[in-house]
Amino acid sequence: MEAAELWEIALRSLWVAGLATLLAALPAVPLGLWLALKGGGGFFGRALLYAGLALPSVVVGLFFYLLLSRSGPLGSLGLLYTPYAMVLAEAVLAFPLIAAFVLSGARGRVEEVRLLVRSLGGREGQVLPTLFWESRRTLAAALAAGFGGAISEVGAATLVGGDIRHHTRVLTTAIVVETRKGELESALALGFILLGVALLVTALLIILERE
Amino acid sequence: MGSMRAIFLLAACLSGQALGLRLATTTSVYDSGLLDRVLPAFERATGVRVEVLAVGTGQALRLAERKDVDAVLVHAPELEGEALRRGVLAEPFCLAQNRFLLVGPKGDPARVRGVGGILEALRRIARAQAPFVSRGDRSGTHLKELALWRAAGLTPRGGWYLESGAGMGQTLVLAAEKGAYTLSDLATHLTVGRKRGLVALYAGEDPLLLNPYTYYLVPGGPKAKEAAALRRFLATEEAARLVAGLKVEGQALFQPLRGRCIIPGSGGR
Repeated sequence: MEAAELWEIALRSLWVAGLATLLAALPAVPLGLWLALKGGGGFFGRALLYAGLALPSVVVGLFFYLLLSRSGPLGSLGLLYTPYAMVLAEAVLAFPLIAAFVLSGARGRVEEVRLLVRSLGGREGQVLPTLFWESRRTLAAALAAGFGGAISEVGAATLVGGDIRHHTRVLTTAIVVETRKGELESALALGFILLGVALLVTALLIILERE
Repeated sequence: MGSMRAIFLLAACLSGQALGLRLATTTSVYDSGLLDRVLPAFERATGVRVEVLAVGTGQALRLAERKDVDAVLVHAPELEGEALRRGVLAEPFCLAQNRFLLVGPKGDPARVRGVGGILEALRRIARAQAPFVSRGDRSGTHLKELALWRAAGLTPRGGWYLESGAGMGQTLVLAAEKGAYTLSDLATHLTVGRKRGLVALYAGEDPLLLNPYTYYLVPGGPKAKEAAALRRFLATEEAARLVAGLKVEGQALFQPLRGRCIIPGSGGR
């Protein structure tokens, strides 16, 4: 495989997974914090969220395929077999990861933060933003988990992206193609690039967390 | 320079809406490199971009049924005939053919080397209960294999009969690892199977083993005009030359059919 194509595939993986992580984080972070404030979301809330961690990516892929297919309810959008379809499916997969990390990171701090807000004469409504600020360290781990889940996923990416060369091929689906062709060396090289990208992004998040 | 290129590529990715013609084809066609040879000439001549989805024939026909692709290039004559009758596919063009081969380990535990026919070879494998890997994915190769077992009067079952559920290349890799027999198309065997140490054990001139690939339009898709243009291009002498010129170590992988279909019931003209 040529270097230019390798670059193209790695970059696509990066922006698809990155966008999916952001899209998922927008609702997942507030949800995680809110559940933490409500004493962990209760048994059912937590069971549902943690079960979401086991969400099989092919099932999510199948769901989005049926939704976005030309004969499906959202077929007219023309999103199937585009990178945006992959972003949507991967966001759904990253959502429970991010929410669960935020929840488990923030839960232990709730009482401490509530006392702090009250002692400074704040209202209950100010607890959530303060909790967000105090949990910002957990946020890096949560985003890294969501991003890692999104970029390393292959089932949904194949079903809704279609692994079209120069259009929806990402690192994981490229590894599948190279393996299928018996080009195991190329497949392995792509695997190392995938690990490198994940490492780089995680390192960046940790640096941001320190700032 | 490098970063400029990266930014350019990123912009190209972001303008992601599909503009091209979508063609579903089989993993055997895709992995052989046939389309990489033929499609660039078409894209240059017409400016139409072709987006290729490499799936099994069964899945390709399902995608056609749901209008998720504009054209297919497949190799399962019976399924194609049925899809034609139901109006899922239209205007077949027989593009190329090659042959299926029975491949297996050098040691040949079931002694099929030099046997008189493919059906006898399969009977020997079943009798010896030698490991055999089936694709098991409703691909053209899988359907052909099932038809051959039926013709041999056998129902393969038992610990020796493995189903990979994977593409041709991966199935060959699996067969090599397990020391098993499998049915393969010529192209994938030459590019993958041989590298993994499998040998062709039966490759006779048996009409049962002919493997024709046919291009069809999917009526009602948004890119019907482009799909028809590709059909016209595949019928040109240039396309036939490109097909015939695809070789691995001097051996041609496909013979162009130029629209002549040799198998009755494949629905061609």
